[in-house]
Amino acid sequence: MSGYLDRLEAEAIHVLRETAGQFERPALLFSGGKDSICLVHLALKAFRPGKFPFPLVHIDTGHNFPEALAFRDKLAERLGETLIVRKVEDTLKRRGIPDAKGKFPSRNPLQTYTLLETIEEFEFDACIGGARRDEEKARAKERFFSVRDEFGQWDPKLQRPELWNSYNGKIHKGENVRVFPISNWTELDVWNYILREKIELPSIYFTHNRECVLTEHGQLMAVNEFVSLDESDRIVNRRVRYRTVGDMTCTAAVESEAGDVEGIIEELKHTTISERGATRMDDRISEAAMEDRKKGGYF
Amino acid sequence: MELLRFFTAGNVDDGKSTLIGRLLFDSGSISTDIIDTLTKQSKAAGEHAAIDLALLTDGLRAEREQGITIDVAYKYFSTPKRKFIIADTPGHIQYTRNMFTGASTADLAIILIDARNGVTEQTKRHTIIAATLEIPHILVCINKMDLVNYSRSRYEEIRQEFLEATSGLSLSRVSFIPVSALAGDNVVSTSENMPWFEGDSLLSFLENVEINPVRSGDEARFQVQYVIRPQTAELHDYRGYAGTVWSGRMNVGDEVEVLPGGMKSRIFKIEHDLKEVVSAREGQPVVLHLEDDIDVSRGMWIVPVTDRPAVSDFVQGTICWMDNSVFQPGGAKLILQQGAARTKAAIKEVLFKIDIETFEKLPSDASLKLNELAAVSIRTAEPLVFDAYKENRFSGAFILINEYTNQTVAAGVLEKKLHL
Ligand SMILES: Nc1nc2c(ncn2[C@@H]2O[C@H](COP(=O)(O)OP(=O)(O)O)[C@@H](O)[C@H]2O)c(=O)[nH]1
Repeated sequence: MSGYLDRLEAEAIHVLRETAGQFERPALLFSGGKDSICLVHLALKAFRPGKFPFPLVHIDTGHNFPEALAFRDKLAERLGETLIVRKVEDTLKRRGIPDAKGKFPSRNPLQTYTLLETIEEFEFDACIGGARRDEEKARAKERFFSVRDEFGQWDPKLQRPELWNSYNGKIHKGENVRVFPISNWTELDVWNYILREKIELPSIYFTHNRECVLTEHGQLMAVNEFVSLDESDRIVNRRVRYRTVGDMTCTAAVESEAGDVEGIIEELKHTTISERGATRMDDRISEAAMEDRKKGGYF
Repeated sequence: MELLRFFTAGNVDDGKSTLIGRLLFDSGSISTDIIDTLTKQSKAAGEHAAIDLALLTDGLRAEREQGITIDVAYKYFSTPKRKFIIADTPGHIQYTRNMFTGASTADLAIILIDARNGVTEQTKRHTIIAATLEIPHILVCINKMDLVNYSRSRYEEIRQEFLEATSGLSLSRVSFIPVSALAGDNVVSTSENMPWFEGDSLLSFLENVEINPVRSGDEARFQVQYVIRPQTAELHDYRGYAGTVWSGRMNVGDEVEVLPGGMKSRIFKIEHDLKEVVSAREGQPVVLHLEDDIDVSRGMWIVPVTDRPAVSDFVQGTICWMDNSVFQPGGAKLILQQGAARTKAAIKEVLFKIDIETFEKLPSDASLKLNELAAVSIRTAEPLVFDAYKENRFSGAFILINEYTNQTVAAGVLEKKLHL
């Protein structure tokens, strides 16, 4: 019996190949974060020496870390794969949707619109994403193949049972499927895999000096042009790294000295706060926040 | 490090959520922010101020409102020895399908019994499902031992009861552990309250139990998922069959047959992990290359000529009906999916239903309702390539899809080919 990373890897590759086999126009949603970088690595193992049977699609909120964007472009170029970028900003302008407001204006909920538009534009029937079941309770019941209706909505009661290695991706026109090949991975598994496979990551995952606002909840938010500061804000300079790479406005940094993957794994083994709890401001609002956003078509 | 996948089944209130919560909690797998949230929820629910461990596994809002687990929730934890994936499945009879789902990928089943109630009809049902899906190992946890004074004789009594009640089933391996999920006895460490129990605690049992490779025989079974054809100048003639070796071992040079169809060829190259290898084994995703230029497409099987699976368009199997709609002969058209293979199919006859609480054959009407288990005969448009599920968990399993709604309406295991 092979090791657990081999089993997880085999499962993910199997799911990627099923996606290629079952759908006409799949896409891989690429965020520039470690989970989607792992997906790209898995896709190499699933399809090389052929080209990926799908483009990489990035929904750019306009609040992304420049390091992550640069990494994205370099990766697509190095692999010679197609990269499609659609901007939340354009959707907002075109449809007259008010931009996110507040001190830390999060475009996270707004990217749903752009995602749905992009799906429509390219008639994608399957979107591969890097979500994991361990991230959040509502995700613990998510399927590998998760069917969304025409409005991108997810209905937890209508999920298809998934048995053995038979994934049912049959859909009606207009519907699409979100595919999660690394459903069964935990954050630590992802890091162990990155270590084993020597996968390259954007620099913000590793320790660096950063000017941050210390929020009332004790979170460290990067100082940048999208965050509105006022006098009462406490600005601190800390050695930090990111555990997830989302928007600069709603992803908090964690204090860390970890400069390489081994260091991060060591840290994670001793950490007591979950990945989302540590880094996402938007989930704190309500316990059922994720469930609501999923039903509305969010990833 | 190895991976153990198990599923848990019990009646409502037997303490399943508490037990899983306890495993996660005591093994240090729960983060402090999640504990904070739980503490708040437990208080809001007006219960005692302590953390309600069951809240750890009850994910969705509908469930929180009804207070019962209604779907399969996957949970992850690891110890320095092993990584675990738990499929937490509901116990009610109306969720038999969810149990089926959770069980389909499990290496081990935990069946929970309330020490006060002993073996119930539901216990038998859970065991029947585990037996039907050939789960390699069954672990019976007799819970709430604190409520029966940690009595050894009560434990022995239930053990006997269980063995007698399930003697008609062909269970592979069965073990028993007396626990108290609430108090933590025998969950992570052995209990001082039950010095008479000589076995391991639940956690160390899970850490040490041998992981029997899922029932898949020695025969090599490979199904094509995707054909890789770069069609570039340098790789003009490259034609690789991508898929997973489900069982056995495949070697360069092996004489193989492509089924259905029956064309013969030889493996001339195997790629695994982007490298050329001389052989590939069970569980590995690979790319196979054949010596001859024959027509091989998605869903076909590549197998050794020396060990052929059955090929037939008329088969018998046992299915669990999973849809709210009632199956009627001549009703909705069906599609049978077996891994990467799909074909139109029709249930020809419901041979008999299985009483999932007594395991007796019931005289059957022709219909099938949600959560019913039945032996059926199935005709398929394209021939199926399969092994009996007892011999091979992957080539012997399938799902049925309603052609109009696209829903998965049934899942089943294959037994044998039939003759018209
Ligand atoms: N005394 C006692 N109560 C328990 C034990 N395990 C669970 N319970 C209680 O039994 C009730 C049902 O437990 P729960 O875990 O929600 O059951 P589930 O429906 O099987 O998930 C709750 O009130 C638990 O606190 C135990 O070992 N001893």
